Amino acid sequence: QFGAEFRRFSLDRYKPGKFEDFYKLILHIHHIANLEVMIGYADVHGDLLPINNDDNFFKAVSSAHPLLRVFIQRQDEVDYSNFGTNTLSRKKKALVTLRNDNIRRRPHINISMPHDFRPVSSIIDVDILPETHRRVRLYRHGCEKPLGFYIRDGTSVRVTPHGLEKVPGIFISRMVPGGLAESTGLLAVNDEVLEVNGIEVAGKTLDQVTDMMIANSHNLIITVKPANQRNNIIRSSRMSGSSGQSTDSTASHHSLPTSHVLQNFHPDEMESDEEADIVIEGGLEPQHIPKLHSLTSSSLSRINGSSLSHRLQRDLVLNNNSGRESNGNIHKLLSSLKTDPRHSLVIPRGGIEEDGTVITL
Amino acid sequence: MRRFLRPGHDPVRERLKRDLFQFNKTVEHGFPHQPSALGYSPFLRLMAIGTRSGAIKLYGAPGVEFMGLHEENNTVMQIHFIPDQCQLVTLLDDNSLHLWSLKQHSGASELREENRFTLKGPPGSPPSATQITAVLPHSSREVLYLGTESGNIFVVELPSFRVLEDRSITSEAVLQRVPEDCCNRRSCELVEALQEHPKNPDQILIGYSRGLIVLWDLQNNKATHHFLGNQQLENLYWQRDGSKFISCHYDGSYTQWPVSSDNRQPEPLENLVPYGPFPCKAISKIYWQTTKNGLPYIIFQGGMPRASYGDRHSISVVHGSQQTAFDFTSRVIDFFIIFSSEPTAEFDDPSAMVVLAEEELVVIDLKTVGWPAVHPPYLASLHCSAITCSHHVSNIPLKLWERIISAGSKQNIHYSNMPWPIDGGTNIAPDPPQRDLLLTGHEDGTVRFWDASGVCLHLLYKLSTVRVFLTDADPNDNMNTLGEDEWPPLRKVGTFDPYSDDPRLGIQKIYLCKYSGYLTVAGTAGQVLVMELNDEDAEHIVDHAEADLLQDQEGYRWKGHEKLKTRDGPVRFEAGFQPFVLVQCQPPAVVTSLALHSEWKLVAFGTSHGFGLFDHQQKRLVFVKCTLHPSDQLALEGPLSRVKSLKKSLRQSFRRIRRSRVSSRKRRGGSGNASEVQEANAKFDQEALQEMELAPVQRKIEARSAEDSFTGFVRTLYFADTFLRDSSRHCPSLWAGTNGGTVYAFCLRVPPAERRMDERVRAEQAKEIQLMHRAPVVGILVLDGRGTPLPEPLEVAHDLSKSPDMQGSHQLLVVSEEQFKVFTLPKVSSKLKLKLTALEGCRVRKVTVANFGSCKTDDYSENDLAVLTNLGDVQIISLPFLKLQIRYPCIRKEDVSGIASCVFTKYGQGFYLISPSEFERFSLSTKWLVEPRCVVDLPEVTSNNHVHNKSGVENAARKSRNLGDYGEDERKSGRLMEHALLNDEKVLKEIQSTLEGGR
Repeated sequence: QFGAEFRRFSLDRYKPGKFEDFYKLILHIHHIANLEVMIGYADVHGDLLPINNDDNFFKAVSSAHPLLRVFIQRQDEVDYSNFGTNTLSRKKKALVTLRNDNIRRRPHINISMPHDFRPVSSIIDVDILPETHRRVRLYRHGCEKPLGFYIRDGTSVRVTPHGLEKVPGIFISRMVPGGLAESTGLLAVNDEVLEVNGIEVAGKTLDQVTDMMIANSHNLIITVKPANQRNNIIRSSRMSGSSGQSTDSTASHHSLPTSHVLQNFHPDEMESDEEADIVIEGGLEPQHIPKLHSLTSSSLSRINGSSLSHRLQRDLVLNNNSGRESNGNIHKLLSSLKTDPRHSLVIPRGGIEEDGTVITL
Repeated sequence: MRRFLRPGHDPVRERLKRDLFQFNKTVEHGFPHQPSALGYSPFLRLMAIGTRSGAIKLYGAPGVEFMGLHEENNTVMQIHFIPDQCQLVTLLDDNSLHLWSLKQHSGASELREENRFTLKGPPGSPPSATQITAVLPHSSREVLYLGTESGNIFVVELPSFRVLEDRSITSEAVLQRVPEDCCNRRSCELVEALQEHPKNPDQILIGYSRGLIVLWDLQNNKATHHFLGNQQLENLYWQRDGSKFISCHYDGSYTQWPVSSDNRQPEPLENLVPYGPFPCKAISKIYWQTTKNGLPYIIFQGGMPRASYGDRHSISVVHGSQQTAFDFTSRVIDFFIIFSSEPTAEFDDPSAMVVLAEEELVVIDLKTVGWPAVHPPYLASLHCSAITCSHHVSNIPLKLWERIISAGSKQNIHYSNMPWPIDGGTNIAPDPPQRDLLLTGHEDGTVRFWDASGVCLHLLYKLSTVRVFLTDADPNDNMNTLGEDEWPPLRKVGTFDPYSDDPRLGIQKIYLCKYSGYLTVAGTAGQVLVMELNDEDAEHIVDHAEADLLQDQEGYRWKGHEKLKTRDGPVRFEAGFQPFVLVQCQPPAVVTSLALHSEWKLVAFGTSHGFGLFDHQQKRLVFVKCTLHPSDQLALEGPLSRVKSLKKSLRQSFRRIRRSRVSSRKRRGGSGNASEVQEANAKFDQEALQEMELAPVQRKIEARSAEDSFTGFVRTLYFADTFLRDSSRHCPSLWAGTNGGTVYAFCLRVPPAERRMDERVRAEQAKEIQLMHRAPVVGILVLDGRGTPLPEPLEVAHDLSKSPDMQGSHQLLVVSEEQFKVFTLPKVSSKLKLKLTALEGCRVRKVTVANFGSCKTDDYSENDLAVLTNLGDVQIISLPFLKLQIRYPCIRKEDVSGIASCVFTKYGQGFYLISPSEFERFSLSTKWLVEPRCVVDLPEVTSNNHVHNKSGVENAARKSRNLGDYGEDERKSGRLMEHALLNDEKVLKEIQSTLEGGR
């Protein structure tokens, strides 16, 4: 049984060595050499990420500032959903590319489970939507990329009891190259937008829909009728009569599920994602506010609060920064950042500001 | 948990909602936009104004107002009251005639359209044959004489509008009865004027455009006299006894003609060009008024020397040796003279002249020496300088009210003491429940205080902040310093003056504390003035401080306007609000938020760069806080202010004026081509639509980031005495919300009263909240332990509010453009929220706490949030549970300036600008409703059709109310509102098409 146990030890920041060695070291320190364990760490944003190969171990060590917090779980108890999505998923582009690199260059090494990837987008509710529609979820906060698309007014043809009818609709008009929307491959120019986070857009103006999308931008779910209907999943249970081209009948408004419930989307998930307003307590003299990026403690404390009982928490303290309280308040962290000449090394500048847990003063 | 707080419909609550909330647009305040016609009934003592959008408004005694709207939405060209009736006829520019009447319905009079009519000529005749140019309602009240462009005069019966063809006076018939030597075929083209003989209803005077004037006998169908003018005729006016009449002409002359039985073709008695000898502009209307002392009043419009004064809008009054040319700042639409209407009176004895100019109503007292202006109780020109902001204060204490009125009366000494001469009808509305002030800030640096308690929005006092600053234009150099021998004897009248000396003087934010009389105003160039009410004139130095909001931020350079220069040394201020502190923000950007705490004697102000707190007791800056994001360069260029450079604003003013001139001259050719026009419009619309398809409007979907522009823009400031640090001690605090979704909270230490001057006020930042969705914060509010908003400063001290619950836990409500969110205090954690934008796609534009009382019981009232969205909807959201109660469409979403101008009152009413010069008043409450309710009674009418009654008011007061059959009326009133909406839409399209055409 793993209880909550805490160990603190130091490691050479610049020569972290191999993952294998580190793994052994961990097992040795904790006297659990006979167990299969999963090692994870809290990255700069407070997300729980796995350590299971040389690359992400190196990444973990190099981005630790000043201390690397390592979580050890028994392999068979690992709740993969804790990685990525449910850990206040905040994703950085750097990590995405890192992962991709892993896959390409060293396909032989131990690649973590799909859950370890922070999701960027997904198709949801396939089972309840008509096959001509697609519900896409974009995880804005899982990615540093801009959402990157434009919408426009247009007309769409619908089948109604009175025959074909032209009705105004909202369409995707442009994708920004390199943006999140484009990189998912799930949205395309001229796709008609039918719903935004479960709210139908019919009868709403372009500006209203724009505002709705921006208001939901941290976790945007849009239901579209793709302009290209050839990639749709054809379900056998359906009548085969509706081929990709004669989609008008299924595209009629009545075929949309009437309830606005998004099945695979737990409301609390959205709530928690969003409530992460950042609160800085305590007195700050105005003139002392640095013109720098600072890190709040809220996200870290959140992790602590949610730590499971059978999870080992280890603090890995790097070099001279021992004794610093991991849960210390923002101002201590701030001053440590200021005094530590290496802070520029550990915080990639561009990446920080986009992140939800960091505020800009 | 939250899911369980959203139950379905609770029938009890639904019933209560019906008792609390109700939406009504109640009355329009101010001056009608683009007036086009004026009418007056000496019998009812009511005035009617028609507008270019087809509205017709009737005004009598203060509080007596009616409004109607023509379905066609066409310009009202002429308005004529039917003699001795509660009826009037309007002529629109589509050549249609409309009969309106005032009828009583459940105790109050209402204006309804009764009938409409378009004159049709014989098939094949040109449209000009029936184009109406002159309308004469005959004193018999049975017929209308309609003069046309063809020279024919048609007669229609009232109220049926049936054409009486046998009674038409054709131009051929007139020509036959006039000697051939004095006229030809063209003499009878276009009837310019029709006037009934004042004593003999069987005779009418017909004036043709080319100068021929004929006195026509209706009984015998013949011309009794004809008068041959050699100038193009503009108008005619009978002398009271019918022995003479006067004609005015295109060349700026007027001519007197005798009417006697012995001479059938008299020569003119007098022919005069009053502003000759050089060529003059036309005299378009003239009055000849007799008096007891023998000297007549000759009052005429226009006639100025063409070369040097041709651009003036003037009306001249000549009485013996006295002569004044009243000079108006905008085009004169029409005017009338109020004189003795008693038929037995021997003389006219004019008492007042009422002039409708394009931008204001001016009334001149003709009985008092010097002919002073009369202060109008309504129809105020709200836009005499463009309105830049407004602020409403409910329930003003009597003491402050009286002091403001007394300060205002000292400013109004140049006005006449004459009681308001247009006094028809009786106001039967209950007295306003409380004294309300509406303060409007203007582009020229003035603040106007309006009595907004009742139906008549009435100017109480005008405050100017200009004296504090050194401006280019010296206030002493006014335009009235004309020498005695100046000719023409011009005298500028009216208050409409759209020219701003310096746009930096513009007022942006106002806050008045009704208990202490402290007022703070802030303007375009970062100036913040704190003022105190003083009943006497005083000369003193204004303390001056500067607040550097950038502090030591480096690398910034302000590219906007300079700050205002201040006047050194003491400045003389007139009685009223006198400034004693001036804070100037650096950089001098527009002040975007302002808060005053009169008990703590603190004023907070914010711009796009940061905010500051000033102690106006010790006259010391407490702190400043820069909110600027390092990457936000745009905020420094001052684009908000750059839009209004001096040059540009002048240019725009000129353009505005020019445009209104051009459009007002627009006259439609004929009525026959209405369908063609429609077709053309439809085609145009289609083309426009196609064009839109080609180049679609795109909207970028992107999350807000910290680096967006103007994230540091301070949107709201709020003082609260609450639990900021711990739950055991409360302390004064200042809250600020920015455009980037950040809320700052500062803990304040205000020394106790006895050491207030000795110890400094201290401030310390206690909290900073970054809303995840980063939407602009538009409102911050603290709710006490009972969920009630904290009272205003000094409200408890004046026993006007229960003291807040300082035991229970306070809550913080942050309203962003997208969400309403309640947090706990002192530890800030989210408790409750309403996501408006995510659900409805609309954003919050205005939000206020309003108190709603039940119309059923006196003892129930509750506080809710009144919200206006960017779609123009008004919503009520409950406190503290943030549940949407009710939603009404209020303003069209395209009407951006209307939405931006909206202010809510503390009791669920609101105002917004429907034009630059008019406020629409609306009410969300069932209890507080200010709307006109008045009665106009028809004085007794005897069988004799030519009896004039003494005065409408006297009769109105004593006559019993006459209730008739109203079935039809109700149907019509139902449609009226639809028309209003329809018309709005049309106006909008018109505006849009003009804009597109202009590009």
